[in-house]
Amino acid sequence: MAADDDGDRTKRRGRWVPFGLLSPGMIWLGLFFLLPLVTLARTSLSVKESRFAVDAKFTWEWSNFTNAISDYSEQFVRSFIYAGTATLLCIAIGYPVAYVIAVRGGRYKNALLGLVVVPFFTSFLIRTLAWATVLADNGPVLGMLERLHLVGTLDSLGIVQNGGLLSTHVAVIGGLTYNFLPFMILPIYVSLEKIDLRLTEAAKDLYNNGWQAFRRVVLPLSLPGVFAGSLLTFIPAAGDFVNARFLGGPNNTMIGTVVQDRFLVQLDYPTAAALSFTLMAIITVATLVYARLLGTDDLV
Amino acid sequence: MATDRSPETTAGRVGRWSLTAFATAGFIYLFTPIVVIVAFSFNKPAGKFNIIWRHFTLDNWKDPFAPGPLTDAMILSLKIATIAAFVATVLGSLIALALVRYRFKGGALVNLLLVLPITTPEIVMGSSLATLFIDWGWQRGFTTIVIAHILFCTSFVALTVKARIRGFDWSLEDAAMDLGAPPWRTFSRVTLPLITPGILAAALLSFALSIDDFIITFFNSGSEETFPIRIFGASRVEISPQINVLATIVLLGSVSLMLAGVLFRRRLEES
Repeated sequence: MAADDDGDRTKRRGRWVPFGLLSPGMIWLGLFFLLPLVTLARTSLSVKESRFAVDAKFTWEWSNFTNAISDYSEQFVRSFIYAGTATLLCIAIGYPVAYVIAVRGGRYKNALLGLVVVPFFTSFLIRTLAWATVLADNGPVLGMLERLHLVGTLDSLGIVQNGGLLSTHVAVIGGLTYNFLPFMILPIYVSLEKIDLRLTEAAKDLYNNGWQAFRRVVLPLSLPGVFAGSLLTFIPAAGDFVNARFLGGPNNTMIGTVVQDRFLVQLDYPTAAALSFTLMAIITVATLVYARLLGTDDLV
Repeated sequence: MATDRSPETTAGRVGRWSLTAFATAGFIYLFTPIVVIVAFSFNKPAGKFNIIWRHFTLDNWKDPFAPGPLTDAMILSLKIATIAAFVATVLGSLIALALVRYRFKGGALVNLLLVLPITTPEIVMGSSLATLFIDWGWQRGFTTIVIAHILFCTSFVALTVKARIRGFDWSLEDAAMDLGAPPWRTFSRVTLPLITPGILAAALLSFALSIDDFIITFFNSGSEETFPIRIFGASRVEISPQINVLATIVLLGSVSLMLAGVLFRRRLEES
């Protein structure tokens, strides 16, 4: 964020005015974002004497972490595989869509962007339920596949399981991909939009090959968008439990499913807190590694 | 474009066509569930689950806001979204103004604190807030939902407004002051009109984020039922066509709002 402390000469110097402008919001963020992370950390190292005890006692109980991770490693691994696959699919679907809008959109650019956003004016839960309708055993997709005699083939590929499309890995990953797709399309669009088209023209003249020009010039310049989009897709996808609940079965639970169940059903706050904290730690490390890989360190 | 200058190769044409075809498929994917949602608002379900198509009916549209838990939940969500969007817009816009207009120490830290809530999984934010409220002995309910919504909306408002008002010509303010306008008048006549479009956009975004939030709310709602919570909770027992009717109304409402915004801005740019 180096750009903020640029030599912008229109900026005023001040001590008290910015302080006054900032403090209400910053107090809110400190009190209800940072402080909860501290109580979460403390809860994750506490013991609850019985299920019905209101409070957990803080005892540096590190075993909460080792137990939680060993008990739920399956869900952790599954969450990251699902979220990672969904992110890659979002790039594969979102990049061409963003590219077509940004480069070929012309005067319909804004209308097309609007079309990307419109589906997301309906509630997240209702959209996911709608996918459950589409993929249901009596739904249109399975019916069509049956008529085309494709069910057997897809079954051997693992896309169809027990004669149905629901309660499969594919259904949950498909739901995650769908729900977070606009968070991929919009940042990629923004980064493509910023590219000076004359640059691609020059590159085309230079390489005399559209694909080379794209790979050497456009793609590198759009990587910040891909990076931002990947974060905005991967992070919520890894912590989600709605898609797993509506589109998955007992073999598709994610780490969010466990945290939610431990916290709100079992009232086992320490385990839920330890799982939450581990999820956050892994995501933070993954983000830093990813930033290093894409060479976008200065973005964060 | 470039195609005028260099004759297009066959490979280039195939690439272009397949790209367009791919993007079209992308749009079909985006709209599939939307078509289903709208269509099923006209379905007469066999039992309590509106997930299998039987036959067309207009019955569901006769009384979309029929009294009942779903309508109550919708009203609660609207209430929460209004309060949260208002407070978050004020808090976030003030932060954005400070960041764009003033030079002070710790700006990078403020930016980091704004980005963190957006890059933290909702489940972590929801569960950590709940541990705080449990620690404080607060009953979770209306107030805690509003607190949580203000929290995540503030970050979005601050970042949106910041991006929109960066690079404005602030010397207009000095000009107004030089002409003898008192500070409050400068603010209301010069600063406010400049920043209003950005602030309005941020307020709408907050409203939408709040009304649709599920995971964070789920951890901090206690016995209160917002619209998404009601749908989730009831989904094991019933999926009523009223959900589809309300979703369709919300969809139509937001699309008209978006179009109105586009027309408004066009009018503004013309004048």
